[in-house]
Amino acid sequence: MAEFTLPKNSRIQQGKTWKAAAGARNIRRFKVYRYDPDSGQNPRMDVYEVDMDKCGPMVLDALLKIKNEMDATLTLRRSCREGVCGSCAMNIDGTNTLACTHDIKDIKGDVKIYPLPHMPVIKDLVADLTHFFAQYASIKPWIRTQSPPPDRERLQSKDERAKLDGLYECILCACCSTACPSYWWNPDRYLGPALLLQAYRWIADSRDETTGERLDELQDPFKLYRCHTIMNCTRTCPKGLNPAKSIAQIKQLLVEREH
Amino acid sequence: MSFRTPLGRARGLGSARLGTGHWLAQRITAVALIPLSLWFVMSVMIYMRADYATVSIWLHSPVVSVLLVLLLATLYYHAFLGLQVVIEDYVHDEWLKVSTLMLIKFMCVLLAAAGIFATLRVAFGG
Repeated sequence: MAEFTLPKNSRIQQGKTWKAAAGARNIRRFKVYRYDPDSGQNPRMDVYEVDMDKCGPMVLDALLKIKNEMDATLTLRRSCREGVCGSCAMNIDGTNTLACTHDIKDIKGDVKIYPLPHMPVIKDLVADLTHFFAQYASIKPWIRTQSPPPDRERLQSKDERAKLDGLYECILCACCSTACPSYWWNPDRYLGPALLLQAYRWIADSRDETTGERLDELQDPFKLYRCHTIMNCTRTCPKGLNPAKSIAQIKQLLVEREH
Repeated sequence: MSFRTPLGRARGLGSARLGTGHWLAQRITAVALIPLSLWFVMSVMIYMRADYATVSIWLHSPVVSVLLVLLLATLYYHAFLGLQVVIEDYVHDEWLKVSTLMLIKFMCVLLAAAGIFATLRVAFGG
């Protein structure tokens, strides 16, 4: 059955509080999920008091300030710090989003930070995305053609190129998939919104010649049809994309080819 | 413990190449149920306090009995499709899943058959 409560070894306990340096006037409290598999202890919530007068505006700025100046053991992924790489996806203030583009000012009260929901945690804010990227590989996210390659670029009309807008911007941060209850209950078989949007990106590409095979691969009660249009994906996408619409378009094409 | 690669696990048993029919049937039955349910609810409100003889005469009309048979068939078909999705979502034990799905299917067919039989008995009765 689906699990509605956390297993015993995942229950979160109260952690340490790290005080801000004396003299700090503008303090924000950051409650951060901590888990160290080597310690054998349950996860805990550590509280960090951050001096906002000496901190950048985004949540990632605060996390890096904590790591650099307060507690070097805090573990997180980050790279581009401008919403392009998707590494710093985490659950901030109850929503999956990118730490680097989420303004601390938009959060009221304590800033609560957890790793992406319902994923195995490697350490602290780092979720294990191995299966997610294996599923990405399974949709064959590259152009597949049979015609001999042209001597020049593969041409697209402006209209054909426009069909990729809203799809190519996806950075595979996994915010949407890990916000989806259907993905929580059936991650082993359901592809989830991120990868269905990516699959549609290749179905919508006028240069690809395997649209039918791609639809064949997706037509499955679990791979595609676990989507019940819950719309958490679209609500949470930090890039403002609409994975639910891509899934609806895949379903529409599947109906279209039967009639 | 398994040494299967992540990609092997992600591919699993592959695509069933099925599901569009189920998805479409769920939507078509939903659309059909809108007028059928409205008609049924209105009829029940009209005949709520009527005696058996009045309802029996009403059910003798071919339009009424055909609509009622259609309502029962569509309703239980739609109910089965919906419950099947719920079970597939939440029940992961293979044995429990298969037996629950079978039980639900039997129940839906039984209830539909009983309802249709009762309707026809009154409709064709003296």
